[in-house]
Amino acid sequence: MGSTGETLRNLLTLAWLLPLIGFLVEIYALCWTHRLSKAPAYLAVGCIAAGFVCSFTALMTWGVQTDWVVFQSTHHDEHHEGDHHGEQHHADEHDAETAHVAEPAKTDEHHKHAEKAVASAPADALAATHADHAAEHGDGHSEEHAAKPTVFAGTFYNLGSFGPLKISLDWYIDSLTLVMFTMVTFIATCIHIFAMGYMQDELTEDYVDHEVHLANHEHFHRPGRFYRFFSFLSLFCFSMLGLVLAGNIFQVFIFWELVGVCSYLLIGFYVERKSASTAANKAFIMNRVGDFGFLIGLMIIWTSLGTFQFFDSVDAEGHTSQVGLFHLIRGTTGEMQLSADGQQVLLQNEVGELLTAGENLRSIPYWLLVTAGLGIFAGCIGKSAQFPLQTWLPDAMEGPTPVSALVHSATMVAAGVYLAGRFYPVFTPEVLLVIAYIGCITLFLAATIAVVATDIKKVLAYSTISQLGYMMLGIGVGGWGAGLFHLVTHAFFKSLLFLCSGSVIAGCHHEQDMRKMGGLWKKMPITAATMLVGVIAIAGLAIPGSQAVLGETFAFSGFHSKDAIVATALAYTKLNAVHGLLFLAPLVTAGITAFYMFRLWFMTFAGAPQDEHVYDHAHENPAVMTGPLLVLSLLAATCAIGGESGPLYKLLALSEAVPAGASTAPSSPVTIVLPTHGQVHAVHATAGKFALLAAGLGTLVAYLLYCRKALNPAEIGRQFSGVYGFLVDKWRFDELYDFLFVKPAHSVGRWCQGFDKVVLDGVLHGASSLVMLVSTWDRWFDERMIDGLVNLVGQVTGQAGRSLRVVQTGHLRQYVMWIAVGVVVLFAALFTALPK
Amino acid sequence: MDTVGLNSYLLVAAMLFVCGVVCMAVKRNGIGILMGVELVLNGANLNLVAFARYTVLGLDGQVMALFVIVLAAAEAAIALAIALNFYNNHLTIDVDRGSELQG
Repeated sequence: MGSTGETLRNLLTLAWLLPLIGFLVEIYALCWTHRLSKAPAYLAVGCIAAGFVCSFTALMTWGVQTDWVVFQSTHHDEHHEGDHHGEQHHADEHDAETAHVAEPAKTDEHHKHAEKAVASAPADALAATHADHAAEHGDGHSEEHAAKPTVFAGTFYNLGSFGPLKISLDWYIDSLTLVMFTMVTFIATCIHIFAMGYMQDELTEDYVDHEVHLANHEHFHRPGRFYRFFSFLSLFCFSMLGLVLAGNIFQVFIFWELVGVCSYLLIGFYVERKSASTAANKAFIMNRVGDFGFLIGLMIIWTSLGTFQFFDSVDAEGHTSQVGLFHLIRGTTGEMQLSADGQQVLLQNEVGELLTAGENLRSIPYWLLVTAGLGIFAGCIGKSAQFPLQTWLPDAMEGPTPVSALVHSATMVAAGVYLAGRFYPVFTPEVLLVIAYIGCITLFLAATIAVVATDIKKVLAYSTISQLGYMMLGIGVGGWGAGLFHLVTHAFFKSLLFLCSGSVIAGCHHEQDMRKMGGLWKKMPITAATMLVGVIAIAGLAIPGSQAVLGETFAFSGFHSKDAIVATALAYTKLNAVHGLLFLAPLVTAGITAFYMFRLWFMTFAGAPQDEHVYDHAHENPAVMTGPLLVLSLLAATCAIGGESGPLYKLLALSEAVPAGASTAPSSPVTIVLPTHGQVHAVHATAGKFALLAAGLGTLVAYLLYCRKALNPAEIGRQFSGVYGFLVDKWRFDELYDFLFVKPAHSVGRWCQGFDKVVLDGVLHGASSLVMLVSTWDRWFDERMIDGLVNLVGQVTGQAGRSLRVVQTGHLRQYVMWIAVGVVVLFAALFTALPK
Repeated sequence: MDTVGLNSYLLVAAMLFVCGVVCMAVKRNGIGILMGVELVLNGANLNLVAFARYTVLGLDGQVMALFVIVLAAAEAAIALAIALNFYNNHLTIDVDRGSELQG
């Protein structure tokens, strides 16, 4: 088992570091090749494709190690039995390893073995406890808990220890990590290849940016930046993979910021366009707002729990030296231990015993744990563009379309949902409620804006926000698997949709307004067909009744994952009737989603051409661009095959985390009970029917309005001009923030400027005048008094010399006379003055 | 006063000195002034030799006198050179004609 962990670690580390190497080589492309060379792109594609191969191999290795439980049919009892054996086996192995290590003479190799064994053993114990727990309650779904989550974790490198604070580079590999790695590298590879075609016009010495108008009415000319684009893409992939592999929350934060920087660089790729640089700034600053919460969460975690690591670290003897975050909070049973008054969460060690500090039990105040969870989630809000920080994402469309595809599917925004999923064990039900409501608000709000957007990329941007809201809602209502399932499926169909829109934009010579398109399916059949797959996937359409024929519902990926979320939301609502909105909003939005996605497709590809000029010049793109579309459309259609009993969901569910508590603490002001798998399963069919009905209605309305033209959409817009304007203005969030934050910031800035000018400058100028005054006086004193004294001495001496000049006549005989007289005088003086 | 004593020497020396000084003071001829200087020096020399003879000064006085003679020779050489130059510049050796040392 240790060797498996090592293999996985090595493979994923390779996949992680390859893009970094790519980035370092590509950024110096001008040193080793010329600007018109495609070599940097080939290198970038090579790095990320090799990364995909590594990730996929790792996934396979992991699959072999877990005996392919994901592909086994659901013979529950037998499966359960087999797993029990497995656990027994692992427990034995664990004992054996520990005993082995206990011997005094041990090699480094043995140590590593022990580390893996110990790191994963508690996870096994957790699974076992789950099974027992479930069996006790007899809810009949123990098989879902029985699947053993296998976790490999360890430390790459200790960056430094500052007192008790240990900063290290760790790795944490479970099935979620593996799925994310495979998904990110695969989608990134497709996007890289697509970008080679899309960024073709950057391969020039003289790129004319038609959107930048100079003062002399000319367009801006600059050298092409083909290599730079690909180096940034590589750095982006490196950051995202590092974030996924990270084994402690601090490391996550480091890569979190790196991802932010990369998005900043890529959104502002056309930095000379004011809109692009503003959008890049906006994205960066909005994310900083969320990261402020993240930092607060980090500080709380550090001060209260004393560690950043997810997993338990072991020392050289194989003993746990530091219990990881997950075990500290929820122990091995997945339940928090509360103190008698319910105000404190008692900390537990890796076998579920309560930790003590001297006489007292170690604990963290419940409210502080809630605050930490909210803080970390605030980071996720920023990164995943959730309400109220959603406004940066549509502006991020200023970047080249492949960047949008990457940002919206595999990297940037996925990071927020991923972290919410990864940190799930530390979230309390109160935090989950907040997550659910944030997701709920976001998904509805973004969907309504998407309905009136006319820019093809903006529609997709709002649909991303909306879908991210679904994921957050799924996680918030206790559907960990559902939320992350949707993250993965969404990544596939959203990258497909974005690349399709990129293909449309490239084919229409950078026309993005859907009102000028129409009828393009004749010109771009491949793009139209693949985009239709993506649209059906995101809309969540399925063939009703196919379950009876095929044994499972025939649908594309989006149906399954959205279905899972809606079902979890329904189960949650049944348990907590107060929060009925959490089911209604996603249900209604499912209909809206279908409507605006089909509206997009109909406006772009169906009907009559709206603009002859655009239509006449439109063309299908070369294979380098359509190839990735075909591959992605295949995956968007099939990646979730089998739904919640399919391989992808089961793979994810293997690392399914349990929240810090299944229900709120008795002392909590709100009462929440999270649904169990059984309860979700019971309402699954009902929820699925509702969701499908909503999606079908949405599609029908879109068809009638935009294809059949039964009603004129523009006329409807005029009829409801108030609502229409409100939606076109994006719920006036930009104006609201402008009013709430930007304007006050400006007035504070102006006030500060005034204060600076009047008070500070006044003090400074006063001080300088005073110094001038003092020095003027000092100069006077120096010149008059000091210099005067010195000059006086000189003048007196000079005067004396001048007056003595007259005796120096130059007459020799006169001198002799003086000598003679002098001698006589001396003698006379001698004789008179001296005593006899 | 049948023996020639110290006082006689001193008297002669004083006369020589005064003669020299007077010579220096009244002569306008540069060579004359030099002669006066020689007189003054020799007056002093006479004093030294006399003191050497009649007092405890001993050989020191005679040595001193020798020095003065050597000094006088050197002085005469330099002074004659000055006189020659003075003549070159003024076409005379009348010292009253030269007052370049006036301050």
